[in-house]
Amino acid sequence: MTGIMQFAASGPRPLWYATRASGTIALLLLTATAVLGIAVGGRYAPQRIARFEISALHRNLSVLTLAFLGLHIVTTIADPLVPVSWWAAAVPFVSSYRAPWLGLATVASDMLLAVAVTSAVRLRLGRRRWKAVHWLAYAAWPVALVHATPGTDARLPLQLGLYTGCLAAVVTVVCWRLYRAGPGRVAARLSAALTALAVPAALGGFLFSGPTHARGGAPATPLTVRYGQSSARAPHGGSP
Amino acid sequence: MTEQPAVLSSTSALDDLTGPHGARLLHGWLTTGGPADLNEHLNRYGPPPLPRTTRRRTVAPLVRAVEDAGLTGRGGAAFPTGRKLRTVAEARGPAVVVANGMESEPASRKDEVLLALAPHLVLDGAVLAAVAVGAQVVHLCLPRTRQDQIRQLAEAVQQRRQRGIDPVPTQVHALPHHYVSSEETSLVSWLNGGDARPAVTPPRPFEKGVDSRPTLIDNVETLAHIALIARYGPTWFRRAGRPEAPGTTLVTLSGAVRQPGVYEVPMGLPLDAVLDVAGGRSAPLGAVLLGGFFGSWLAAREAMAVPFTKSALAEVGAGPGAGVVIALPESACGLVETARVLEYLAAQSAQQCGPCRLGLPAVAADFAELAAGGAGDLERLERRVGLLPGRGACRHPDGASRLAATALRVFAEDVRHHVRNGPCAGAEREPVLGVGASHAPEGRDWR
Amino acid sequence: MPKRHSLRVDPISCDGHGLCAELLPELIGLDEWGYPVLRATEVPGTLLDHARRAVAACPVLALRLDRASR
Ligand code: HEM
Ligand SMILES: Cc1cc2nc3c(=O)[nH]c(=O)nc-3n(C[C@H](O)[C@H](O)[C@H](O)COP(=O)(O)O)c2cc1C
Ligand code: SF4
Ligand code: SF4
Repeated sequence: MTGIMQFAASGPRPLWYATRASGTIALLLLTATAVLGIAVGGRYAPQRIARFEISALHRNLSVLTLAFLGLHIVTTIADPLVPVSWWAAAVPFVSSYRAPWLGLATVASDMLLAVAVTSAVRLRLGRRRWKAVHWLAYAAWPVALVHATPGTDARLPLQLGLYTGCLAAVVTVVCWRLYRAGPGRVAARLSAALTALAVPAALGGFLFSGPTHARGGAPATPLTVRYGQSSARAPHGGSP
Repeated sequence: MTEQPAVLSSTSALDDLTGPHGARLLHGWLTTGGPADLNEHLNRYGPPPLPRTTRRRTVAPLVRAVEDAGLTGRGGAAFPTGRKLRTVAEARGPAVVVANGMESEPASRKDEVLLALAPHLVLDGAVLAAVAVGAQVVHLCLPRTRQDQIRQLAEAVQQRRQRGIDPVPTQVHALPHHYVSSEETSLVSWLNGGDARPAVTPPRPFEKGVDSRPTLIDNVETLAHIALIARYGPTWFRRAGRPEAPGTTLVTLSGAVRQPGVYEVPMGLPLDAVLDVAGGRSAPLGAVLLGGFFGSWLAAREAMAVPFTKSALAEVGAGPGAGVVIALPESACGLVETARVLEYLAAQSAQQCGPCRLGLPAVAADFAELAAGGAGDLERLERRVGLLPGRGACRHPDGASRLAATALRVFAEDVRHHVRNGPCAGAEREPVLGVGASHAPEGRDWR
Repeated sequence: MPKRHSLRVDPISCDGHGLCAELLPELIGLDEWGYPVLRATEVPGTLLDHARRAVAACPVLALRLDRASR
């Protein structure tokens, strides 16, 4: 902890970079986890790799996701320039710093934590109870994405491209999953598909209407060079 | 409870309980020619012999009497009823009794006939069993398609309530009537508010059934036998039938017999004697189907001398099932008959288990092709048939597999003929096995 | 007392994902529709770890490993 503090005091805001980098990586991993989970749920049976490998990848990436999510949270709290407490990281909407966005972030991470913890004991929990919680992953993912978009980096073309890619990937596999879930329950599947398609539409409109222009907080540092630096340093910052 | 009333302790008096042809359950009807209402029932048998005290932690005398009698279930599996009673009686907490009067087997009529002619024997048996196992309620499950019977039984229950005969209330239920909705876990699931579709075991109903209580599920005929055993004791019960298969049993005889119908016969009668009860064969027989659509084909020549008991029939790869015997005349085509029944069974699947949902239609289609004289892929058919047993939540695929496998064996000659020369003349004639108007149940049909 | 372990498939839950057969081919095969066929239900000690892994891998928890004392 003191290591982080020293880092925070010494460098050109390494914690701030670490936070953004770990957050970006966590979102990418989360997207990959979700896509793989959906592939398992939809009984994707590829020719070249075994099905259990997809399932194992889903589980392993989920652990990695949580690791980066943890890092993301720790660096956020540790950053003296960002007034977020432990308390605010656990309970939604109690922080005053960029309240709605952080609230969403907390909601998403709490849901992911619930998904992960129940998965760890799912043999004991039984399928129905485990799956009931696991559906939360579908809610957590868009919430995490919405939380990310107003971020400092969101105006970078690269970052925007990443988000768009994530969105496209998830929407595509969700539609595939709904197609695979048939036949029957047409109404339910159609409305789920509409919801899936509404997420990018809402997000697009939201980005255009301009809330990405951050109010308060640290200034944006839109230079790819520094971005690269920060992501290289992030792991050191996170494991003192 | 095993001690017998004084008037009946003499041999001749006990013999009076056995009507023409050794009938017991149908005795009243055979002597009066009409259904027994409550008065007549009470005149003949008196009220159900309830134990004066029900002590906890001791096995009820009735349980021991049924064990000693050697009664086995008449719903199809021929499981020892006494052992089932004891298991439920020893289970923790208050129990529930379910009387299975669903009779989903299209070739069977015996439960319908029994409930019509001697409803109070069934109700006696259910209530006596309930008291013996410590149950506080009896559920009588009947098929929704038999509205008259439901009304008749509801009235019978009402009369008994007015006379204060039963210490345990009986509820009459009307369930959807599909082939597997009469399976015991289907009944439990329906009574618990769900679909009348089978559920995965364990837990078995005797551990955790209706309202999560230990649940005794017995066929209505089994319960009627219990009503008589409670009154006249195991020794009397064993005076009919054979030592290893005591008592009488109801059978539904159809096909090429002179007087198709429901009869009561002593266990262990050779099969040709069983057919003689229905006036004997009306045409030269090629084969018999034992146990109904769920059962086994036997070539007529190997079947006729076999005693009608579980163990003797098991030796030739068959079983008594629910007492269905269908005599197939030589002129009929066993393959065509089997193909139609398999199609029916495939449509009747609860569509819950992959191997049953996909395997049964595949087997039925293969069989239809064979019956129609197509070249077919016999090897594939045999492999598919062999992969059905034990892979569903209920025994539905096992039954269909048995039917198909025994057909392939018994009609092997015909199979060769069909493959070589196309369908035989028997394919043209009217079907012997009536599958009725069968539609595949779906969605809300199960509730 | 030595414990016996036996495999069981809940056929209503099983969706024919087939992961179990990939992880435990010694005891589990698949039929033509991808549903498991148990070659044997009893699990020998040498395969116990593999069986546990297959049970954990089943996406719908349809594969069970029951323990019963001999
Ligand atoms: C934060 C971490 C996780 C996320 C975001 C996540 C997300 C998802 C998603 C979106 C699905 C698709 C559900 C469906 O459409 O049926 C899924 C399925 C699945 N996940 Fe996860 N998951 C996570 C962690 C885990 C873990 C740790 C396990 C380990 C047991 C696991 C096991 C599964 C399985 C077996 C399925 C397939 C479920 C089915 O077929 O019904 N997941 N996951
Ligand atoms: C597919 C299927 C259908 C069944 N249908 C009936 C039925 O119609 N009537 C019946 O009494 N038992 C039926 N059974 C058997 C019951 O599950 C149960 O074993 C029986 O009611 C127990 O009573 P018993 O011990 O008196 O025979 C069926 C079983 C299966 C697998
Ligand atoms: S085996 Fe067939 S009939 Fe029985 S529960 Fe499964 S799908 Fe339904
Ligand atoms: S992994 Fe599970 S769902 Fe898939 S076939 Fe095996 S038991 Fe069935």
